[in-house]
Amino acid sequence: MAIVNDKRPVNLDLTTIKFPVPAIASIIHRITGVGLFVALPILLWMLDRSLASPETFADLKDLLATPLARFVVWGIVAMLIYHLVAGIKHLLMDIGIGETLEGGRRGAFLVLAVSAVLILLAGGWIW
Amino acid sequence: MVTSVTSLGRNGLYDWLIQRVTALILGVYFIFTMGWLMTHSGVDYLTWKAFMGSLCMQIANTLVFFSVSAHAWVGLWTVTTDYITTLQFGSKATFARLTAQLVIALLTLVYLLWGLVMIWGGA
Repeated sequence: MAIVNDKRPVNLDLTTIKFPVPAIASIIHRITGVGLFVALPILLWMLDRSLASPETFADLKDLLATPLARFVVWGIVAMLIYHLVAGIKHLLMDIGIGETLEGGRRGAFLVLAVSAVLILLAGGWIW
Repeated sequence: MVTSVTSLGRNGLYDWLIQRVTALILGVYFIFTMGWLMTHSGVDYLTWKAFMGSLCMQIANTLVFFSVSAHAWVGLWTVTTDYITTLQFGSKATFARLTAQLVIALLTLVYLLWGLVMIWGGA
């Protein structure tokens, strides 16, 4: 990396930067992405138990009936929903839809609103 | 052109494309699987096993495991190169970033193998 000018003011202190809606939508996309990677072994483990034998399938079903397990599953599904909705917005912007400043704000707001509704619906479905 | 020895495609354009192609596969799979689960609530073991054991789903799951691995690697590579830098970690940044990337790469490989053995090993 070339040092252009050391005297340039740099502020990357996240606590003092104001976050507009598109920045919030973007950072949540990242956080849910990292979160989904962390959740991956849980999903693989559940798939493994659900397929191994009728007994492990029944055990998993009993486990998923407990409130804590349902909450964890809802959390993972919520991250998936947000990451998917934000990803679709990303692809739409890639093909040139909503690329303006105003379009970016509106798109980010839509992502937050649509995923919030879907996450609530998913919660209703899980319970 | 900036290249990097740790990025999946070794250049940004290729990573950009990998991220989008895998995103499409994962998006379609997620919507389809969710739809299946919603229309088969209270599914029993035999139906579930037959569904997941069908050749279609074995191939779809294999594609998805490879897609998750590539997608996670490109995404987490971006996150680690953005946040584990000299700004946050000073002179230890390269060591910290490569360590994090090594752990992520190994975990990704373990998850991929676990998934493939699960789907094809007849477990």
